[in-house]
Amino acid sequence: MSSEQEAESIRCLVAKVGLDGHDRGAHVIARAFRDAGFEVIYSGLHKSPDQIVQAAVQEDVDVLGISILSGAHDTLVPKIMDGLAEYGAKDDTLVLAGGVIPDEDREGLKDDGVAAIFGPGTSIEETIEFVRENAPQR
Amino acid sequence: MTMDEADESLLEALLAGEHRALARVISKIENRSPGYRDLVSELYAHTGNADVIGITGSPGAGKSTLVDKLAEAYRERGETVGVIAIDPSSPFTGGAVLGDRIRMASTVGDMDVFVRSMSARGTLGGLSTATADAVKAMDAFGKDKIIIETVGAGQNEIDIVRTADTVAVLVPPGSGDDIQTLKAGILEIADIFIVNKADREGADRTVQELREMVHLGEESGLAGSAGHHGVDAMDGDGAGWDDVDESGDDTDDWTTPIVETVATKGTGVDTFIDELGNHRSYLVDSGTHAEKVRQRYAEEIRTLLREDVHALLEGELADSGGIDDLAEAVRQGETDPYSIATDVLAPVEACVENLAADADDSSAE
Repeated sequence: MSSEQEAESIRCLVAKVGLDGHDRGAHVIARAFRDAGFEVIYSGLHKSPDQIVQAAVQEDVDVLGISILSGAHDTLVPKIMDGLAEYGAKDDTLVLAGGVIPDEDREGLKDDGVAAIFGPGTSIEETIEFVRENAPQR
Repeated sequence: MTMDEADESLLEALLAGEHRALARVISKIENRSPGYRDLVSELYAHTGNADVIGITGSPGAGKSTLVDKLAEAYRERGETVGVIAIDPSSPFTGGAVLGDRIRMASTVGDMDVFVRSMSARGTLGGLSTATADAVKAMDAFGKDKIIIETVGAGQNEIDIVRTADTVAVLVPPGSGDDIQTLKAGILEIADIFIVNKADREGADRTVQELREMVHLGEESGLAGSAGHHGVDAMDGDGAGWDDVDESGDDTDDWTTPIVETVATKGTGVDTFIDELGNHRSYLVDSGTHAEKVRQRYAEEIRTLLREDVHALLEGELADSGGIDDLAEAVRQGETDPYSIATDVLAPVEACVENLAADADDSSAE
């Protein structure tokens, strides 16, 4: 019984984690997601993994996009994944990583549960398309 | 009402205090997923314990920052807090950037402050229903204080904050000249005025102007804190609210207080909390609370029915050739919107009349 057929919207958390003050990329993504019709929650800078998990759980996001340019992804991402698992949110949250992540680290992150990694040079359209196709159906 | 098993366990998890379940239920409410109605109607039995506070004001007035400090202060007093932060969505794509969470820095890491961002999703009136339902979910979850935060831009936002028991309106310094234009809108709904950024130049003047406005409203009995008094006055014979007060006690009028705060430093937050408490006691003691709650439920019922009938009519519209063709017909000058509305409604009206006739028959037997 709904008069709004289009009521459902993809909810995304764009997160900056750890000691990393560069958020131009995160802003660009947030804006592009917004223009794609998603609901975007931006975490702000310098968040701890716990804070990201708290936001992801409370906001019940479909997609968590983590932007890391500090090189600390191997430490921070597993903490976030463990946190999500603790609240039973790991399996149905699409986790993406973006930023400067060397090729040799990518397999490890994917094993942790990151669905895709978008490095420098990825087109915005590609990212949006990926989200549209892979956002969990709940 | 019946729920399927998944919703049943979701409800149980919510009542047991699982954060994820609360988050999920609010998503269902927002999405209007199948079964959300049954879920919300089950929630009602567990509600009524939370104080609901609405905070509104122009963009950049400091709402989120104040809400953050308010949540922190409540937590220090041992009370749990739910925050619903509403931001506008794009009228073109439906997308939104929900940025209120960034300001909620004092309480991060504390799961007993549950912050939920919501967007308008381009639905007229739908948001106030969704907000009211989300408040119910947080109430049933066991939150002591629920804060609704929204930009005060128009009627829609006013409807949203009306789901709150107490409405605080933030007026930043320097909006002096705007006060006149705001008068017929958002200032009328204030139970408490907050002059945030009170350390800025012009704050004194803004306080002064608000004070004058409040006093003017008291003298004339028209403007100012009209929210609940207006209701009383309408109930009575119009001889002035002192006479029409049901309890016959004429000392319980609420004078809208003006609180000065500096949200970034937390200054004035305790005074704000005191005034919130005062207003709460006023509501309960004067009997206004019951009246307000009754009004709110009446409004909820009306809104739900309106939406249902609207959904029903969408089907009728499709049967009549679809809204696009009908609109084109009007453009071509073949007909007009009023005729179309009458035609579309005709079968529905016929149905209702039949039902009424059937009812008469059966009662006559």
